Amino acid sequence: MERISRRSFLKSAGAAAAVIVAPGCERSGRESARKGARYVFFNADEAAFIEPAVARLIPADETGPGALEADVPVYIDRQLAGAWGAGADLYRSGPWQSGKPEQGYQLRFTPAELFRTALRAITEDLRKANQGEFAKLKPEKQDEYLRSLESQSRDLGGVPSQIFFESLLEMTIEGFFSDPVYGGNKDMIGWKLIGFPGAYANFYEFVDQHGIAFNRPPMSLSQDASGMVHLHPTNPPEVAQKRR
Amino acid sequence: MAGARAELDAILIGVGLVGTMLGRELTRAGLRVVGLERGAPRHTVPDFQEPQMHDELRYATRKALMQDNTKETYTFRHTIKDTALPIRRWASFLPGTGLGGSIVHWNGQTFRFQDDDFQQHSRIVARYGRKFIPDDVTIQDWGVTAAELEPYFDRFEYLLGTSGKAGNLKGKKIPGGNVFEDPRSREYPTPPQKEPYGSAIFRKAAEGLGYHAYPQPSCNLSQPYTNPEGLTLNTCTFCGYCERFACEHFAKSTPQTILLPVLLKDPNFELRTGCQVLRVNLDNTGKTATGVTYVDASGKEIELRASLIIVGAYATNNTRLLLLSKIGAPYDPETGKGVVGRNYAYQTMSYPQVFYDESININPFMRSGANGTMIADFAGDNFDHGPLGFIGGAYIGEIMTNGRPIGFHPTPPGTPSWGAKWKQAVVRHYNHTSTINVHGSSVATRGNYLDLDPTYKDAWGLPLLRMTFDFPQNDIRMSAYCTRKAIEIGKQMGGKLVTGAPRKGPYDITEYQTTHNTGGTIMGTDPSISVVNRYLQSWDVSNVFVIGASNFPQNASYNPTDTVGALAYRTADAIVTKYLKSPGPLMNK
Repeated sequence: MERISRRSFLKSAGAAAAVIVAPGCERSGRESARKGARYVFFNADEAAFIEPAVARLIPADETGPGALEADVPVYIDRQLAGAWGAGADLYRSGPWQSGKPEQGYQLRFTPAELFRTALRAITEDLRKANQGEFAKLKPEKQDEYLRSLESQSRDLGGVPSQIFFESLLEMTIEGFFSDPVYGGNKDMIGWKLIGFPGAYANFYEFVDQHGIAFNRPPMSLSQDASGMVHLHPTNPPEVAQKRR
Repeated sequence: MAGARAELDAILIGVGLVGTMLGRELTRAGLRVVGLERGAPRHTVPDFQEPQMHDELRYATRKALMQDNTKETYTFRHTIKDTALPIRRWASFLPGTGLGGSIVHWNGQTFRFQDDDFQQHSRIVARYGRKFIPDDVTIQDWGVTAAELEPYFDRFEYLLGTSGKAGNLKGKKIPGGNVFEDPRSREYPTPPQKEPYGSAIFRKAAEGLGYHAYPQPSCNLSQPYTNPEGLTLNTCTFCGYCERFACEHFAKSTPQTILLPVLLKDPNFELRTGCQVLRVNLDNTGKTATGVTYVDASGKEIELRASLIIVGAYATNNTRLLLLSKIGAPYDPETGKGVVGRNYAYQTMSYPQVFYDESININPFMRSGANGTMIADFAGDNFDHGPLGFIGGAYIGEIMTNGRPIGFHPTPPGTPSWGAKWKQAVVRHYNHTSTINVHGSSVATRGNYLDLDPTYKDAWGLPLLRMTFDFPQNDIRMSAYCTRKAIEIGKQMGGKLVTGAPRKGPYDITEYQTTHNTGGTIMGTDPSISVVNRYLQSWDVSNVFVIGASNFPQNASYNPTDTVGALAYRTADAIVTKYLKSPGPLMNK
């Protein structure tokens, strides 16, 4: 009974999921004529820092495209605009006290507040230092500035710069390697780069082919839901033994 | 039983592994049972299905299946001199919530603790002398032996369908299994899983050094299996989405796949989800529980009466519930008196890595939660500690679970944490690295304990549990030794580079280590140093049984679930065959 309901469920789940994920795959921003229109959270100043910053954190180079090409800023933007940005996974009762690093995050800021606050301070900081737009700095100068955020305890409107940097780097890596349905990892750039196959569900036949080069193109959740062939463990022992 | 007649025979607090098992055994004995689960009802179909389940960001990074820490978290500090602060975001350990409990998102590693774990104090004293135990270490015996637990381990593993190879059948040692294990009465229900590449390399290296390699006992099944409850599990497909995920394939043993469908059909059982238990209620003598008070999904506070209460929540939550209910004296680290919250322990982990040449494709994504090859030569008291000066040990294994890239993108030491050099190193090493797991024991100490936080509250206005913990010096010495042994094996695995550092303090709540939190409601035969007796019955309130890893007086080198399951079956047996016939204390104080 379970098997029948499972199969019929998968059929209907496929159809339902395809409808749900479709908007996530449009990437309407790519074709958008007006720069900045793709963001729902970042304002123009913020985007002007985030885009070149992620391009330094994971740059395009001879190994392949980087975070900017993978639409990582779109990923970060959507995360900050959504439930996670609003602090959906944070215990947010006071009192607020600072502790040891091993006690973890203790600031009042939600991720969205943290980015907004820190980015405002960074824009100010660059203006004051007469450095101009971050995007127009030479890559070495950009790296130098990012390193100063990472290693010096600078106050970004109440946000310690290291915590902002750590959060930016974490989200950049997430946006580079998470499923494309979240807006980053465009065309599965991150996965192709390292050879991660994505949402495949079955390596039973491969796991004991030691050292095999697994060269299939990766698969995203959205592709999967739109009808890619997906193997299921339909191997009762009798069948498996007969085949051998 | 004293007081007004209860509406019900038994209440389960939490319907995870323990709740499901006890629910089944008690309804089978004819009891009317209500299971109170704070989380949502969840089933393999439709809740755990692919493709959505194969989403690293949602489940592994954002931890979608875990206890809602915005409502209920813990506070943490290293020592009583520090101020505990709330764990505002999960990281070091991940308690689950919802029907099926934390075991829904487990890896499936299924080990029996050893007899020298159960009798650790007396065995250490007998072999090395009393002075061998450091002053701050409060290890003690459990009050059970491996031989007593064997039938319950056996029954539990046959419920799970565990895939493995015996190393000791009725006293006969069998090469290829864990030859250090205590005698088991029969072979595992299913044979070991296939051996992945990195594990095969480890096997060769470990055997070359004279160690006893064996396949990790796994609840990601190697073949279809129908358990004694009539439920059938499928073959694991090595999809690489086990821990932090639920299994869509019916291939990982969890309450949903091994027992819940049977329990839910039983007319003697009623499941209530979305029900947050606030406390166990006691009568005016304080010696008998009358039932529980819980808040249902609509926010209504309800008192439910029953003759028997099974506390079967996550280990830390078991401890908190007893403290909130004022069952048993809270432990005081200054005086060493009191018991509830005593002997909180953890696991002492380290992870050496072997970086190979690019010709070696490790394919880290073709893995399962509990696959792989390991040795127990340095676990428990399987080696002579005399000259070493520490208690405990670690199993060592190439038991990688996945290649999910947000969490797994190894780079050698010295690699920058971002930029072109980082990216090039990630590309270079992603598919050519093995991680060795050094899974170390954790002694109990006088200063590591759990109590109620004086400041921070949960969403119902009740104090959070406060965790005071740092790695004991004993365990830091243990990790230094066992990690060195693991690196020696790593060096025989043919890599270009082997790296790895032993576990050192201070304990960092922001780094995932394991969800093996133990102690707090520990078992024993002496009520002055234990919360429950050897049948897991409260010494103070005899119609309350507390079951979980919270019963462990200290933690062993192995993963805890198999031992929790064996203890749960043993307690169910004691309740049905002894307690129900004559309700009252099963052991004299």
